[in-house]
Formats: sequence, C-alpha cells, structure tokens
Amino acid sequence: MAHKIGVVGDKDSILPFKMLGFDVFFASEAKEARTTIDRLATENYGIIYLTEPLGKLIPDTIKRYDEEISPAIILIPNHLGSLDIGKKRIQENVEKAVGQNIL
Amino acid sequence: MVKLNVNPTRMELATLKAKLSTANRGHKLLKDKQDELMRQFILLIRRNNELRAEVETKLTKAMQSFVMAKALLNEKFIEELVAIPPRSVSLDLYEKNIMSVKVPVMNFKYDDNEDSEELVYGYLNSNSELDTSIEQMADVLKQLLELSEIEKTCQLMADEIEKTRRRVNALEYMTIPRYEETIYFIQMKLDESERAAITRLMKVKDMG
Repeated sequence: MAHKIGVVGDKDSILPFKMLGFDVFFASEAKEARTTIDRLATENYGIIYLTEPLGKLIPDTIKRYDEEISPAIILIPNHLGSLDIGKKRIQENVEKAVGQNIL
Repeated sequence: MVKLNVNPTRMELATLKAKLSTANRGHKLLKDKQDELMRQFILLIRRNNELRAEVETKLTKAMQSFVMAKALLNEKFIEELVAIPPRSVSLDLYEKNIMSVKVPVMNFKYDDNEDSEELVYGYLNSNSELDTSIEQMADVLKQLLELSEIEKTCQLMADEIEKTRRRVNALEYMTIPRYEETIYFIQMKLDESERAAITRLMKVKDMG
C-alpha cells in the first residue's frame, strides 16, 4: 500500500523538505498542529515528521499515535537546534522496556 | 500469600492442579517471549540512539543553511523554487510480526531519475547557501527514513515488553504461588479427613 509522508512545523525549518518530495504543512500553534496531525492520520500518511518545539506543545496527541502502527510520528529538530525531546523519548522507551537506562 | 477461597474437595483439587500446570506453561512461554523481545529491542535501540544523534545534527545544519539562504533571497523566489518538487518519495508500508508485536516495515521508493536529480534553478535567483542546504537535505534523507522505521519499531516494542513483563510478574509472584498454596491446603485437609475416618472406623471396630 502506498503511503504519503508529511512534515508539520514552522515554515523556515520545513520548507526544504518540500524539495525532497514530502508534503509540507505549516503550523505555528499547538491547535493548528494538532488538527493537522489528526487530519493527516486519517489521510493515509505513513510518517509524519513534527518539529520539536511543536511536539513539546502537544505531547498527548503524539502519545495517542504511539500505540498505533501508522502513522509514525517522528520528532525532528528545527533550525534553532534540537531540544532533545526526541532523545528523551528514546530514553523513556529504554526505561520502560528494560527498567533502567542502559544507554 | 493468601490462599484462594475454595472448598477443600477432590474436584477442586483436580481443577486447581490443571490450572497450575496451565499457569506454569504460560509463564514459561511469556518469559521466553520477553527474553527474545528484549534481545531484539536492545539491538535496535542502540542503533536508534546513534541514528537520532546523527540525523539531528545533520538536519539542524541543513535547516540552518536553508534559513540563511532564505534570508538572502526574496521569499518569492524560494517559494517558486520549491513549488514543484523535483523528486518524490513514496512509501510502502506493511506489517511485520516480531514475537507477536506488529511493527511497520517501510519500503521507500525514490523516483528521481539519475540525469535530472539536481534541482534546476537559475544563478540569478539562488545563492551558494541554497546549494549547500539542498545537498545536505538530500544527504540526510536516507538516514531520516531509516530512523523513522527504527524509532517506530522501538516504540511499539517497548510497549509490548512492558506489558509482557507485567504478565510474567503477575503469573510468577501472584497466580502461581496462590495456586500452589491452595493445592497444599486442600491436600492437607483431605489427608486429615482421611485419617479421621480411619480412626473412627478403628474405634467402631473396638466397640464391637
């Protein structure tokens, strides 16, 4: 089955993704991002990249899609640098699975 | 440990013994599942961590040069530039089963033709920062896509490992000890009543 790839974030950071052939959606507020993600999830998007500053605002929306096999919501840094939320999520996974942080 | 609230009868004993053997078998199976999941998870999570660190630095750099390019150019030019993407990535997604955890397998198809892979734009409306930015983006693409697959897989596996661990612990520390204790209790009760019956018979015989 063919799926699409979407990117949600602030305009400056995610415009170059358009050159790679991804679908780009601009959002600057939590509400906008949330509705966009919910819409994309129903529209057969397999991966949604979300910039970390926005991801920070809508943790519960991300969590909701964590248990589902698609879409995969992947946090990416924006041009201001990484906020380490993505890394923290990996650490959380490790702690959840192993019981302590082994990385 | 509390024993179950059951009557000490032979029938109850038989049912409990059957339940205990099922519980033991389930515990062993789940324990094996947990071990295997853990092994695979640890392999993946290390890769995940490395990839993420790498992708994050590369992406940030690419975005920064893009912002720089964008600042130096008229915004209209940039928008015109990206209006029609020169390449497209399509994603085939199907499920794979790792120890009953459904994880996505992502197959990517880049259909950029080798000849025209370069984004075509004029010298007038662009600058060298833009070139670098595009190059860096294209460079990071493959890793970014790999990261997506691994990270989602890790996410799903972590959830499943947690669930399995709870089940294993519940069986090991609650269900099985309870059954064992109740079986022991019923056994003792039955033995006791058997001895009581024998004594009674001997007494009756003595009277005659």
